[in-house]
Amino acid sequence: MGLGSLASRALRSSSSSRVLSSNPRYNLIRTIVSTPELHKPEAAAESASEPDLPKRTPVAGARVHFPNPDDVIEVFVDGYPVKIPKGMTVLQACSVAGVDIPRFCYHDRLSIAGNCRMCLVEVEKSPKPVASCAMPALPGMKIKTDTPIAKKAREGVMEFLLMNHPLDCPICDQGGECDLQDQSMAFGSDRGRFTETKRSVVDKNLGPLVKTVMTRCIQCTRCVRFASEIAGVQDLGMLGRGSGEEIGTYVEKLMTSELSGNVIDICPVGALTSKPFAFKARNWELKGTETIDVTDAVGSNIRIDSRGPEVMRIVPRLNEDINEEWISDKTRFCYDGLKRQRLSDPMIRGPDGQFKPVSWRDALAVVAEVIHQVKPEEIVGVAGKLSDAESMMSLKDFLNRIGSNNIWCEGNGNNIDADLRSGYLMNTTISGLEKADCFLLIGTQPRVEAAMVNARIRKTVRATQAKVGYIGPPTDFNYSHDHLGTTPETLTAILENRHPFSATLSTAKHPAIIVGAGIFHRQDTSAILSLLHSLSAKFPNLVTPEWNGLNVLLLNAAQAAALDLGLVPESNTGMESAKFVYLMGADDTELDALPKDAFVVYQGHHGDKGVYRANVIFPSTVFSEKEGTYENTEGCVQQTVPAVPTVGDAREDWKIIRALSEVCGVRLPYDTITGVRSRIKNVAPNLLKVDEREPAVFSGLLKPEGNGKVSAAPFGVTVENFYMTDAITRASKIMAQCSSLLTKK
Amino acid sequence: MLARLASKRLLEIRQAFRQSPQTTRSLSTALNYHIDTPDNNPNVPWEFNEANKPKVKEILSHYPSNYKQSAVIPLLDLAQQQHGGWLPVSAMDAVAKVVEVAPIRVYEVATFYSMFNRAKVGKYHLLVCGTTPCMIRGSREIEDALLKHLGVKRNEVTKDGLFSVGEMECMGSCVNAPMITVADYSNGAEGYTYNYYEDLTPKRVVEIVEALKRGEKPPHGTQNPERINCGPAGGNTTLLGEPKPPPCRDLDAC
Repeated sequence: MGLGSLASRALRSSSSSRVLSSNPRYNLIRTIVSTPELHKPEAAAESASEPDLPKRTPVAGARVHFPNPDDVIEVFVDGYPVKIPKGMTVLQACSVAGVDIPRFCYHDRLSIAGNCRMCLVEVEKSPKPVASCAMPALPGMKIKTDTPIAKKAREGVMEFLLMNHPLDCPICDQGGECDLQDQSMAFGSDRGRFTETKRSVVDKNLGPLVKTVMTRCIQCTRCVRFASEIAGVQDLGMLGRGSGEEIGTYVEKLMTSELSGNVIDICPVGALTSKPFAFKARNWELKGTETIDVTDAVGSNIRIDSRGPEVMRIVPRLNEDINEEWISDKTRFCYDGLKRQRLSDPMIRGPDGQFKPVSWRDALAVVAEVIHQVKPEEIVGVAGKLSDAESMMSLKDFLNRIGSNNIWCEGNGNNIDADLRSGYLMNTTISGLEKADCFLLIGTQPRVEAAMVNARIRKTVRATQAKVGYIGPPTDFNYSHDHLGTTPETLTAILENRHPFSATLSTAKHPAIIVGAGIFHRQDTSAILSLLHSLSAKFPNLVTPEWNGLNVLLLNAAQAAALDLGLVPESNTGMESAKFVYLMGADDTELDALPKDAFVVYQGHHGDKGVYRANVIFPSTVFSEKEGTYENTEGCVQQTVPAVPTVGDAREDWKIIRALSEVCGVRLPYDTITGVRSRIKNVAPNLLKVDEREPAVFSGLLKPEGNGKVSAAPFGVTVENFYMTDAITRASKIMAQCSSLLTKK
Repeated sequence: MLARLASKRLLEIRQAFRQSPQTTRSLSTALNYHIDTPDNNPNVPWEFNEANKPKVKEILSHYPSNYKQSAVIPLLDLAQQQHGGWLPVSAMDAVAKVVEVAPIRVYEVATFYSMFNRAKVGKYHLLVCGTTPCMIRGSREIEDALLKHLGVKRNEVTKDGLFSVGEMECMGSCVNAPMITVADYSNGAEGYTYNYYEDLTPKRVVEIVEALKRGEKPPHGTQNPERINCGPAGGNTTLLGEPKPPPCRDLDAC
């Protein structure tokens, strides 16, 4: 809540209440009196009309959803009638009515604690102010949020909160975006009456990401509830009692959760702040750019806060359908990787094996010359896991114009079938997973592969006790699950009713099967996929007109768009016979099979694995510096927005390819990003529908022919180290610290 | 002269104010976080002994099987009695395992209640009531006498491991203030007693300690020989005869 809005509300209330009290029509409660003038129809119509109040808009776009029309009740917030479903709290009713109640402990997505008492409001006929966050709204309740009683109650609470809160705002990282600071401007006194000594609390070590200054803590327990409810790690607790109360882990313990960074956001004061961001910048110096994250295939919505040319931090943005308001630690803290190990100039490897910076003209000319010397079928292009749709489109167009169609995207394997979109997308959608009542995870460890999807599964499991079955190597889950097996054999057993989980699947109303993208690298990909299709035939609830429970959980941001654009390899042996390899940010491609004399162009932003073998380097931009289209694992198309300028001589990927095509004499017919996008429209029109999910039309008839048998090889671990999966995160110092401290050895 | 006097007086006033209320905060509980020591760290094996295992089962039977965590307080109490009056972190872990919750949920409970000792205590843990009635009746002198006699500080254990002195809040014996409680852990969970010694004087409390040291069990309750329980010293002063029936009406007639 902004300080300005609070102040303006305080001002508005004082003036409007005066207006209201002088308005006779405001008197909603009418005693039975003889009023002959009201018997006239026009007068009755007038009195029945809504009280003449300024129209209010719900706070932060609060939406009301009435699941059952009978359960609608009406309450009055400051005289303003509002219809809400039964079971809402007074605080929620107020937010629907457009009144933002100050709060510390209450959080929409966490259980209600009711311990900060900041949300006190006056309710008519109630002897005391009530804590609105914990009080269910009752029909006809008259809630008053701006009365002297409510204000005085909040002032009292604020005084107690500030009693033990240090006055260190000038050196506090939360300063400027602190709930306590903001609300103390509205409800705090200009001087304290507390003359005793303030308490001090020993700081806790929660790991390399979260810095603690526990003396600032106001014991709202949001972090405790977040850790146990959302993150699923029972590490934090409220220790002690009374004035000795403190948040901690009791025993020395790091917070080993992939979502631990979110406690920084939910902490209303400066007790939990970002360790890498400590003392780096003030929030009012930062420019926020609303963009998306590309470190996994979820496409979490983020805001990049930058100061000048530097990315200072990354914070989540609300998107109910994808990441709610959380992001994973990798998303949040990979940003220092954007500044390190960057390629800033085009470079050519000299005869001595050393790279020499050259001009773009020279670098492009060298590459063009080599391209003309190799046969088209010896040319291979690999798009990296962070590539955007535009650059993949232009790479494919470029190679096609030269005459090669050997182009694929990392992580999609050699034998993927990109004909059916439903075959590689999360058809249920991430938010749709909340409806599922039974999960079967096959060869996927969602906790490390897509932390936000895992958070959604955990939410569902917590809310509905949905059953979770897992086939794959033993791994960490933060919800209860049954480990059914490690090989595809278990899947066959389920299909043939030889496994107890078949019964669970057949009784489930909305079962969801999630297959990890790791299976794309297996030899029996299509056999496993055809097994899944047999499953959908066997369990009719799996795929119904309104529910599609067959999902593939992709790993990388580029994968879905690459498959939409048709970046599938033509042959399995592209690398062995290649003479010219174009790596567009591809760092995890196995280059061992490459002939020694092959010429490798690496176009990318980081000096990572791909550079070791490269002959020419084209520096390109990272996701925070370019405008690019990405499709997430559920098929939702989103675009990044440039937040900071590029480094050195780096250029956007598609521009480099466009320039190279001209030097090679096969000029691509687009000069602007709009041009590239209109080309994409011809290939995959869904990639232009930003923020929309083009549902993959499922057709049970098009069952992939099960060529070959399912192999007995167990499913593998796809992501070895959650914190280091791509060029950006591998360059990040914070991620290196995390992987050395937090990953289990 | 006058100015010197005035400035001196001012200094005195200043001094008086400078005696800040920064007296050591005497909370009855120890630290709210754990520091590993050789005899108190998560790697020390700990489990309920054979004698207490049936008790654990009995305690758990009081609660529905899906609310096992309700048993956490009685189990912690049992663990404390078994472990000589205090709870090492591994005992809390063991309780967490029994009630099937995360250890932190048990730590929360154990740190909340001041009667769970998370640091070593003596075989006889002497708890001096420090709440207002006892304080007015001289509980501070009682505590001073104890500490001086035993030669320890508060929450410290004597060298022989027999005694420790702690503070606690009102135990409801205000009519016989001042009082101390003696938690006797010398005989394990079976012989565990928790007795009040009331109407104390600094002299009497030292006598009690000496008696305990000799292995005697001094009579608990009021230490004033003229009093019976919480009756007045020297016998009753009111209600001497038979209580009169209510004057208003004849109850038997109803």
